[in-house]
Amino acid sequence: MIEWEVVIGLEIHAQLATKSKIFSGSATAYGAPPNTQASLVDLAYPGVLPVLNAEAVRMAVKFGLSINAEVARRSVFARKNYFYPDLPKGYQISQYELPVVKQGKLAVMLEDGAVKTIGVTRAHLEEDAGKSLHEGLGAGSGIDLNRAGTPLLEIVSEPDMRSAKEAVAYMKKIHTLVRYLEICDGNMQEGSFRCDANVSVRPRGREKFGTRAEIKNLNSFRFVEKAINYEVSRQVDLLESGGTVVQETRLYDSDKDETRSMRSKEEANDYRYFPDPDLLPVEIDEAFIDAVRATLPELPDDKAARFARDFSLSAYDAGVLSASRELGAYFEAVVAELSAPHGGSAGNAERNAVHAKLAANWVMGELSSALNRDNVDIAVSRIAPAQLSGLLARIVDQTISGKIAKEVFEAMWSEGKTADAIIEAKGLKQITDSSAIEGVIDAVIAANPKQLADYRSGKDKLFGFFVGQAMKATGGKANPAQLNELLKRKLGGGAQDA
Amino acid sequence: MLHTLSIGELGRSLDSGQISSVELTRHFLGRIERLNPALNALITLTAEQALATAAAADARRAAGERGPLLGIPLIHKDIFCTDGVRTSCGSRMLDNFVAPYDATVVARLKEAGAVMLGKANMDEFAMGSSNETSYYGPVKNPWDTTKVPGGSSGGSAAATAARLAPFATGTDTGGSIRQPAALTGVTGVKPTYGRVSRYGMIAFASSLDQAGVFAQSAADAAIVLQAMAGFDPRDSTSIDAPVPDYSATLNAPLAGLKIGLLREFFEGLEARNSALIHEALTIYRNLGAQTVEVSLPHLPLSVPTYYVVAPAECSSNLSRFDGVRFGYRCEKPKDLLDLYTRSRGEGFGAEVKRRIMTGTYVLSAGYFDAYYLKAQKVRRLITDDFRSAFGKVDLLIGPTTPTPAFAIGAKINDPVTMYLNDIYTIGANLAGLPGLSLPCGFVDGLPMGLQLIGPHFSEAKLLNAAHRFQESTDWHRRSPPGYER
Repeated sequence: MIEWEVVIGLEIHAQLATKSKIFSGSATAYGAPPNTQASLVDLAYPGVLPVLNAEAVRMAVKFGLSINAEVARRSVFARKNYFYPDLPKGYQISQYELPVVKQGKLAVMLEDGAVKTIGVTRAHLEEDAGKSLHEGLGAGSGIDLNRAGTPLLEIVSEPDMRSAKEAVAYMKKIHTLVRYLEICDGNMQEGSFRCDANVSVRPRGREKFGTRAEIKNLNSFRFVEKAINYEVSRQVDLLESGGTVVQETRLYDSDKDETRSMRSKEEANDYRYFPDPDLLPVEIDEAFIDAVRATLPELPDDKAARFARDFSLSAYDAGVLSASRELGAYFEAVVAELSAPHGGSAGNAERNAVHAKLAANWVMGELSSALNRDNVDIAVSRIAPAQLSGLLARIVDQTISGKIAKEVFEAMWSEGKTADAIIEAKGLKQITDSSAIEGVIDAVIAANPKQLADYRSGKDKLFGFFVGQAMKATGGKANPAQLNELLKRKLGGGAQDA
Repeated sequence: MLHTLSIGELGRSLDSGQISSVELTRHFLGRIERLNPALNALITLTAEQALATAAAADARRAAGERGPLLGIPLIHKDIFCTDGVRTSCGSRMLDNFVAPYDATVVARLKEAGAVMLGKANMDEFAMGSSNETSYYGPVKNPWDTTKVPGGSSGGSAAATAARLAPFATGTDTGGSIRQPAALTGVTGVKPTYGRVSRYGMIAFASSLDQAGVFAQSAADAAIVLQAMAGFDPRDSTSIDAPVPDYSATLNAPLAGLKIGLLREFFEGLEARNSALIHEALTIYRNLGAQTVEVSLPHLPLSVPTYYVVAPAECSSNLSRFDGVRFGYRCEKPKDLLDLYTRSRGEGFGAEVKRRIMTGTYVLSAGYFDAYYLKAQKVRRLITDDFRSAFGKVDLLIGPTTPTPAFAIGAKINDPVTMYLNDIYTIGANLAGLPGLSLPCGFVDGLPMGLQLIGPHFSEAKLLNAAHRFQESTDWHRRSPPGYER
């Protein structure tokens, strides 16, 4: 049996977050009533001309610098000619032979923790098309040209990915990057970030690529993974049953979870690319590049490395916490607050690492699940970093246990008060007074003579039963370590008596 | 005889209160009413709007405002978008198209106070050399109404020659100002590519199109070009360089001016045409200029190069006319493909379709390198030829056209013969250079043009050389018979 190797390349379309369109002054905001953000230029009226939005170029250069790519000193806009109602000029202005961003590369962490470098062939600027509307218009169709002329950065990868999961990891990494750079809002529901996947298979060990199919317009990470997996099995089935894969464009139907042929290579348009005579070549000099470089934020990989180094976090935790600028900033704020009152002086490295790990666990755990559950963005989290650190401080100083802390967290999330106020109001302060705990333990032992006898005759598992009973009696407030220790002594002490 | 006065003279009469802009406008509207039916030079009249603009100009003048074009009537080629006025581009495709905005050229002349009388007929989408491809029928040459006026700006040229307005706008992609100017005996200026904004000028071949002017003289053209020229942020190919005072240098002496005779232009030139050019050279020598022969070896490749580049660009530029958003739409389209094919099939004329097909072909996969790419390389060689010539001479001189105006119908069914009409004018477009045609005599009772071509941004020098010639000659003062009154 042949072992098949999957080969995937992605073309990601990131909508650039400029205020106005790439060749006109119209706004790019999403969701306006149809055709209210379409100027004469967007409508391709006779006589109008495009004027390049410099901000789009700046954003493209920013991306190029972030993947260590060469920024072209001279790039050229070309016309891609085809007829479609949502393409008012009858051509799309794009970059063809001379893109603004040349070869770059990106390190992507895979699920098993391994890091793989994916090549980025190029990234070029182009304009988006409008949208055809078919619903609620009777027999006819409508066209909304609000999106026509919205700037896109098309990021083309090398065929370097070998599984759907790798493709998703790469796409997520680009997604993280463009949001870090603040050049794309990354909103996939609104189509601000989407991709086409080129998929082929070949017998493992063969150098020559198989014939590829291009799956168009995938707008969620889940769809990318499912569409690629479907397409791989379709191609493998086809080849194993003696068929051949044809080069074609396919569409993914998420309802049926399958890809369908859209058009074959023979039916493909001849786009008749040629340089757009209405636009001058884009000339970029060192000063421009230096100015853009100065605006680069700390990049995700750098931030992750710093988190791992400064906070002794695992590579995995550091990676998760640096997945967005907002998450990283939140985490850092919590750690800073938590460490601040103690001075954070030399010699406290170990304690700081404990704080960081605690903060990491809570940010990635309780906080992230609460944000996800209620669909809240971390930038407007109901619990501010200072509030969360206030809660974690009470764990550190043993005022409450981790278990009680979760209860406090929920109350903070719904009521918005500080941890201290909730602990006070609900009387959740941890019991650390040994004599008080001992009193509770004595009462529990006295009330459960049979279990005591069983335990002492060797049923060690009953230890947990006593812990539970004692905790219940204190409303969960007993310091767990103290409780364990005292209980062990009392139960064991009985055994010594026997 | 208001229609025989220069723009300068009209301005002085307006300033002195001898005439008003309303009177002047009425005078030209009267001429249009009387003379246009035989010429078909204008296809849209804006009489009411013109009188209102004229009244406003009179009020501006009364309020103390002055300006060389304030209250002066003009005619726009129907390729320029005019807010609220039909802008047909000579095509059925845009027969119903009322532009919602003014082209930059239109806006600038409006700002200067010029009064638009109407829109001029033209070859469909500026594709033609005889004005016979217009949806609105051919324009007749006022010198002989059985003859063409040239094209594509044939309506603007005929209207200027017949004195239906003191001046008219035009566009020149391969000679569309200079060739009709020559064939109708007027002065036509095609500026440097990028000197005048293309915004609002319906595109034919974007890398070649340039707006310019038809006038009775170089001195009048200088005044009009002054108002039209300059950087426009809405046209990325317009050039941000200061506009010199074109009128100020009109009388500069020509002593020491080096004029190059293009050897390639004189090879095979008809004897009577050649004789006129040599008479013109004598005048220039008398004015102190030196003449030297120069060669542009790649210039004979201009026509084939042009007929690859221009159709390629037009095939893409005209894709927006799809029956969806504006312009002609076929009756009851069955589906999208039917909407496209019938709207375009019925909306465009034969010459436009021929060029769209040619352009589509030369850009197609497998043919791109052999045609489009090669044409771009030759274009570069032609440009280099001009550059090296301008290292030796200040201006190049030659005929504007190979022959005087030909008969309507004589060449329309033979595209290649028709295309060869532009053999002397196309080079300047390919190299983006300014060119000017001025009347230099008659052959068979029909006017002939002398062409001046200069380096980039040498409009002032071209106008200066043309003006000095016109001070020594009266060819430009001749009026077609029957149009004097």
